[in-house]
Amino acid sequence: MLLQHYLILSAVLFGIGITGVLIRRNLIVMFMSMELMLNAVNINMAAFSKYLHAMSGQIFIVFIMCVAAAEAAVGLALIISLFRNKQTINADEFNLMSK
Amino acid sequence: MEQLAFYVLAFIAIISALFMITRINPVHSALWMLLTFFAVAGIFVQLNAEFIAAIQVLVYAGAILVLYLFVVMLLNPKSRGFIKVPVRYVLGTLIALVLVIQIFATLRSANVIGKQGSITPEVMKESGNVFLFGKELFTTYLVPFEVSSILLLVAMIGAIALAKKD
Repeated sequence: MLLQHYLILSAVLFGIGITGVLIRRNLIVMFMSMELMLNAVNINMAAFSKYLHAMSGQIFIVFIMCVAAAEAAVGLALIISLFRNKQTINADEFNLMSK
Repeated sequence: MEQLAFYVLAFIAIISALFMITRINPVHSALWMLLTFFAVAGIFVQLNAEFIAAIQVLVYAGAILVLYLFVVMLLNPKSRGFIKVPVRYVLGTLIALVLVIQIFATLRSANVIGKQGSITPEVMKESGNVFLFGKELFTTYLVPFEVSSILLLVAMIGAIALAKKD
């Protein structure tokens, strides 16, 4: 197996994540796409860790997962707070600054 | 055999990720995301990262996904309609496609392997992934480990403070 196989898979998953953030307006699905992008980065880290014979890549995966968990918790709390104020989670509805 | 496993797992991951971003119902999106996470966990096993694969299933599929499902069911956002703007779909896909093509072009031309470390597959087979992982985490990366625990504490307090009814 070549390293490039894993890198291409990771790039494709990252692209799908970006597409999800750009085309969806549902805040929860946008957050899910962000998690997908973080996962794609994790594949990259693990692949380089294997092919460079080093352990640091896998350590960084744990830190990325830690940040992803924190981001999910705070982000979903923000979404609940937003939903309480506007009764919607459509990202286009939150345009208070542009009015 | 290894190649076949990789292609099957990659296929499952990409297809379920595509389903994830195209489902209208967020609950369906969450379940397709679960399948993506399991496929990525299989990829981690292939990359000699068994501990990471276990953590992936426990943290992502166990904790984060349940959090998402809780919020989706708490808010019940299905009652609101979606605004359909086809231009956005085309433009968003195009932007992501350009980025992925750029990455492909770089991968074709660049030499991606640098200086090799000391943990060869033989060392990995002898001591085991979890032993090497723990040794590295609690010696070289001890301070970042403690900082990440503070980050989780802050995130917990922040989530409670933000979601609380005032």
